[in-house]
Amino acid sequence: MEQGLSIKRLLIANRGEIACRVIRAARELGLETVQVASEADTDSLAARLADEVKVIGPPHPSKSYLDAGVILSAAMDSGADAIHPGYGFLSENAGFADAVESAGLTFVGPSADTIRLMGDKAAARRQARNAGVPTVPGSPGVMTDVDEALAEAETVGFPVMIKASAGGGGRGIRVAGSAEEFRKLAPQASSEAAAAFGDNGIYVEKVIEKARHVEVQVLGDGLDVVHFFDRECSLQRRRQKVWEEAPSAALGDAVRARLCASAVDLAKSVNYRGAGTVEYLYDDETGKFHFIEMNTRIQVEHPVTEMICGTDLVIGMIRACAEGGLGLTQDDIVRTGHAIEVRLNAEDPASDFMPFPGIVTKLRVPEGEGVRFDHMLYDGYAVPPFYDSLLGKLIVWAPDRPQAIARLASALEGLEIEGLPTTAPLFSALAGSADVQANAVHTSWMETWLAQNADKLTRQGEAAA
Amino acid sequence: MARHEIKSPIPGTFYRRPAPDEPPFVEVGDAVAEGDVVALVEVMKSFHPIKADAEGTVSGFPLEDGEPVTAGMTIVELG
Repeated sequence: MEQGLSIKRLLIANRGEIACRVIRAARELGLETVQVASEADTDSLAARLADEVKVIGPPHPSKSYLDAGVILSAAMDSGADAIHPGYGFLSENAGFADAVESAGLTFVGPSADTIRLMGDKAAARRQARNAGVPTVPGSPGVMTDVDEALAEAETVGFPVMIKASAGGGGRGIRVAGSAEEFRKLAPQASSEAAAAFGDNGIYVEKVIEKARHVEVQVLGDGLDVVHFFDRECSLQRRRQKVWEEAPSAALGDAVRARLCASAVDLAKSVNYRGAGTVEYLYDDETGKFHFIEMNTRIQVEHPVTEMICGTDLVIGMIRACAEGGLGLTQDDIVRTGHAIEVRLNAEDPASDFMPFPGIVTKLRVPEGEGVRFDHMLYDGYAVPPFYDSLLGKLIVWAPDRPQAIARLASALEGLEIEGLPTTAPLFSALAGSADVQANAVHTSWMETWLAQNADKLTRQGEAAA
Repeated sequence: MARHEIKSPIPGTFYRRPAPDEPPFVEVGDAVAEGDVVALVEVMKSFHPIKADAEGTVSGFPLEDGEPVTAGMTIVELG
């Protein structure tokens, strides 16, 4: 076991590829692992990899992976002294973080107070402004009154986005192009937010047309914070990222330096602990970046950063949260080359991305220099229908972006997942797109491209000769 | 009227209601026409309405609301 860590036995309160990823990191640190599993996941890859498996309830997430009490009991029963929440599920649930720490266990993430603050998106904007981080023009705080919100919208100018203060991750967003539309949509957004998040607070942000999504990876130990440069995730479908890169090829050195410094300033202002991501919109025309939110957990796309920085962020976050410190300073962190990740989802791109669980009848994983596949699959695995459709992530690294795209295209050819449709054909088509190759993209680029290129998204093996 | 079984074409979680705080789509004894939405199946976090593929009167539900369903399983019986 690595010396100096305050923990020995880590429970993974998640499933799928990220659970496998955390088990791998824990093992490298010499920690024992306990995997929680719903009744639908007892035969998952993570369950096969872990030292111990605790079955925590029925398949539906609300009865298993989202049940904080059951998970905490599983941790106590199995003698775990720490919990890693992964992403999604309870990872940004302040109440869970509180309960874990109150039980005397280590939560691999920031303090409950930090989660609470950043989870309130209007409060997070205020925190960012106070730390000197530029935000998207919009309302100074959370609003529940439509007239007040409309006045703010008219000040920043239409079109505006109406967002749920308790939302995040692209959920609960409406776009209003006029005062009339705003009057109609704001009450809807507010009541939808109340239903989905138990909080009817909304806030208003100016729509930045043709913006890029850029973000900065940070790691803190509660005392110091370092950054691991930026990622770009502009290729999105329904506000969900599908293709991510590190670094962003759109940023010059000067703006990158300011962007990364601002993320560190924000994280330091809350004594950040663990891995976190500060997300921004970047406007090519003005060269300005604007804070949108901070995610207080490890993110799906963290491997692209690991590839360009030669680091292991999951090990880093466990160490930082278990009194092991950061183990490095900012000057130790250098980046080289370019990395791309694509999300292999169990969805059929030929039928409007219909989710499609099934049995993996054949699996062939691409290999070679600069190719990595983080996943949850094995031959014969039955993908359950109860959870997110993410099966795995194909990650490539090359000395520069054009070579990375070429390597991605050939790695996709070496990847075979048979028995169910996946989003792999989407990425082969995107890799061949002139706009993607020229990095002439923005957050709504892919929706337009999809509408015009549906014919390129035939099922694997059915592509026209 | 011939007995008929409405099956789920997809696996997932079976719901009798459009939302937790709303009434069920149909109850035992209700008449349904072909094309009426009779249930919801959640697959990988997306919700899919299941429509009646025949007309008839609802006679039973083999599953409880919120139970797992496999593809091809009967979710509504018409009498």
